[in-house]
Amino acid sequence: MNIRADSFSPLPKDLKKAISERSATTFGQDAWQHFRKNYLAMGGLAVLVLIMVFSIIGPFFSQFDYASNDLMKTNLFPDWIHPFGTDELGRDILSRTMYGTRISLLIGFGSVVINLTIGIIYGGISGYLGGRLDNLMQRIIDIIFSIPDLLYVILLMVTFGAGIQNIFIVLGLINWVPMARIVRGQVLTLREQEFILAARILGAGTGKILFRHLLPNSIGPIIIVSALQIPTAIFMEAFLSFIGLGIQAPLVSLGSLVANGRMNIPSYSYALFFPALTIALLMLSLNFIGDGLRDALDPKLRR
Amino acid sequence: MRYIFGRIVSAIFVVWFVITLTFMLMHAIPGGPFSSEKVLPPAIIDNINERYHLNDPLLKQYLDYLKNMAYFDFGPSYRYQGRTVNDLLQEGFPKTALLGLSATILALFGGVAMGVTAALKQNKMLDYVIIFLVTIGISVPSFVLATFLQYYIGYELHWFPPLGWGEVKNIILPVIALSAYPVAQIARLTRAGMLDVLTQDYIRTAKAKGLAKSTIIIRHALKNALTPVVTFLGPFFAYILTGNFVIEYVFNIPGIGQFFVTSISNRDYPVIMGTTVLFAALLVTFNLLADIIYTLLDPRIKLTGREGA
Repeated sequence: MNIRADSFSPLPKDLKKAISERSATTFGQDAWQHFRKNYLAMGGLAVLVLIMVFSIIGPFFSQFDYASNDLMKTNLFPDWIHPFGTDELGRDILSRTMYGTRISLLIGFGSVVINLTIGIIYGGISGYLGGRLDNLMQRIIDIIFSIPDLLYVILLMVTFGAGIQNIFIVLGLINWVPMARIVRGQVLTLREQEFILAARILGAGTGKILFRHLLPNSIGPIIIVSALQIPTAIFMEAFLSFIGLGIQAPLVSLGSLVANGRMNIPSYSYALFFPALTIALLMLSLNFIGDGLRDALDPKLRR
Repeated sequence: MRYIFGRIVSAIFVVWFVITLTFMLMHAIPGGPFSSEKVLPPAIIDNINERYHLNDPLLKQYLDYLKNMAYFDFGPSYRYQGRTVNDLLQEGFPKTALLGLSATILALFGGVAMGVTAALKQNKMLDYVIIFLVTIGISVPSFVLATFLQYYIGYELHWFPPLGWGEVKNIILPVIALSAYPVAQIARLTRAGMLDVLTQDYIRTAKAKGLAKSTIIIRHALKNALTPVVTFLGPFFAYILTGNFVIEYVFNIPGIGQFFVTSISNRDYPVIMGTTVLFAALLVTFNLLADIIYTLLDPRIKLTGREGA
């Protein structure tokens, strides 16, 4: 065949426009477009941002410290100076709620970072290497999975003792299991695909294939599981603090505030009401965001 | 059959693992169980340790513990003098079982009824009300809900007693608090399942045959719509068991859950271990049952162990 330079001519301008009329949508943009249309999830995001602002910036504007007592002002009913009232030691409940929310958020997001690290490494190795090692690693996961998390968490907290760093350790030790399962499942299906074969032929090592090819392609399910684990971690911390195994005084968390409010309940119900409302709103918004992310990131669920 | 046998073996293995884990954890705690009390002469401490076999080599203690477990003997309580863990568990178990059973019944019937109603009234007012309740049930932690019920329904409105145990009216609030989360989950799953099933061809066929609406829903649709609910049964039992801890603690019900929570602050290790092992054994059994029910309901799922085996 004879191809010469004058066989080709530039397209006329208007025709060019007609051919490439749309720019490609990335995965992130596509997910965000779906997420944005989900009113519940957007509402949840708005509430979460409000709660974050309230807890992170709020304490700078409060004249009261979360831990300082004022025995002249115990059990005050909410007023302009103490909008949420004061507790039995005269501590400002608004400040305490803000600090407690901080701790709860810290634990929720911090423990997810730990879960991600352990879960990705464990699930990635198990799924990618496969064979006997995978079998053994899966049996370990099966055993951990067949007993409720809360039982392990309580046992480990009894062993390690209460305190914030131990909560991180214990939640990190337990909650990586669902993450590892998801990562393994993703890796198992992806590693048989052609682009992995291509990468291997080009000489990419195991680590590179895992972190450059397999994990970025599993990012959707990983984000979904992470988002749904944040409320779980917050709930577990609140539960532990509620039964006295979690955060220790003078630190506060939403769980210990609810427990504290419960002690004073017949006469001073507001000490319970505001922390309980905060935790309920926090859980609600996180759940909505998680559901919204699941719908946005998992194309199979779209109708 | 072979699959079920394999499952039983692995269930026993899981329980053994839990026994070993609790044993190791409880013995890893620095200081003996009696070191938190006021200072005692060394001779007395030695005596106490001797009595509870705490001076034996660790391996012997472990083997003894395993052996006793095989006979369902959980040993003496460290706190309640002269009482064994078995006494405490026997005393608490009926209350916990009654609470758990009532919550299970309420969750299954309430959840399915709510889910079906919401699906039949899709996008109508009743549907939205149910979705709202479901969202609350899933999001509000059980101990917060329990405390709220206790305060507003118990102390303020005096509809039901806020604390205690013994009469029928005592059980109402704890059961509501305990079953709120599973009711919500079951309602959500049932609603989704029903919406899915109601559009299928065989439902249209049933309608065309002129069957009554109630027959179609109960006999034809519900059976298939409930399959996702059955997969929730395993986590559901786990939730009911662990949910009991805090519900019994809040409502001051002398069941196993409350023993467990108080034994944590008392550092009564045999009670903690015994309760954990009992819960693990119960849970493993329930999970096994849930799996079997699953296959009975949906014959498409074949219970095969491993592929090719």
